Amino acid sequence: MSDPAIAVPGAKAPRPSLTELFLSFVGVSISGFGGALPWARRMIVDRRGWMTTDEFNEAFSLAQFLPGPNVVNFSVVFGQRFGGAPGAAVALIGLMGPPVVIVTLIGVLYAYFGDIEALSRILSGISSAAAGLIVAMVAKMGAPLFRRGVSAAPLVAIAGFIAVGVLRWPLPLVLIVLAPVSVALAWVRR
Amino acid sequence: MRDDSGFGPLLTLAGYFTVLSLFAIGGANAAVPEMHRIAVEVMHWMNDRQFADMYAIAQVSPGPNVIIVTLIGYHVAGVAGAAVATVAMVGPTCTFAFFVGRTWDHFKEAGWRAAVQAGMVPVSLGLVAASAFVVARAADHNEIAALLTVATGVTAYFTRINPLWLFAVAGAVGLAGYL
Repeated sequence: MSDPAIAVPGAKAPRPSLTELFLSFVGVSISGFGGALPWARRMIVDRRGWMTTDEFNEAFSLAQFLPGPNVVNFSVVFGQRFGGAPGAAVALIGLMGPPVVIVTLIGVLYAYFGDIEALSRILSGISSAAAGLIVAMVAKMGAPLFRRGVSAAPLVAIAGFIAVGVLRWPLPLVLIVLAPVSVALAWVRR
Repeated sequence: MRDDSGFGPLLTLAGYFTVLSLFAIGGANAAVPEMHRIAVEVMHWMNDRQFADMYAIAQVSPGPNVIIVTLIGYHVAGVAGAAVATVAMVGPTCTFAFFVGRTWDHFKEAGWRAAVQAGMVPVSLGLVAASAFVVARAADHNEIAALLTVATGVTAYFTRINPLWLFAVAGAVGLAGYL
């Protein structure tokens, strides 16, 4: 077993019960405005001490490169590590349950009131700002990549941007070509 | 044409989002261009403005941003559609994460693990950049809107301000009728 919490009997790090897991991820989900990651880190590392910062970063980097929503993957990886399959299930349901209910209610309201002029004006302002937030996120992700000097990585990023964003090619098609190329380049660069 | 009867729309939602789930490298944002392509351009479930609205709602709602699929699902096929879209988008990738999470630590020293991890970084960067472009094009219809996008981006990059404040300001600008 490579699981440190199992390998070291009587280790100091507390292990969450299933109920604690569930309630913690409910907490993360309903406070996670604009991305749930900072809240997950605060709950797991700072408040509960279930993981060290390094363990958290390690687990999160895995969740990040797996396909699918990062925080959702993280809830599964984290829940699985501390509670097996039931742990993964309760963490996932805790994270997704409340937002799904809330957003479905909003969807009902939108279906009735989406055409109201004032609401649609407010939403159009918010969506312009939301686009800006992604721009900032791209700049933060990209800065280290482009600063690192000459490498093929920026070219891969630019190719992906043009294929999916500008040419609007289907995502699976682009990835089937681009992902292996990028991994091969990273392998050669080692 | 939209088929509102029977299981047609549910199966379509399930199919699209299951595939998308497994190709969303870089998270929910990386999948936004493909969601837009399917929902607006291929299936004509909604127009540009509705898509931008749903993106905005997902941003200001609590929880992970992937929740936009719940809204799309609801728009297409009601509560059942919301449930099907959400499960399809989250289920496959979570199953994958579950099994990879169990074995990943065994390959800590393997060279290919580092290469896979490093190789995915620029791929997801490109996809998220595409997402910024697609959302901006759907949301910004005049110069002031484009300016708002740029101003928000600069502010979010250089400060650690809570995004809700930026949304509040942008919502007010929109309400005032400048967009």
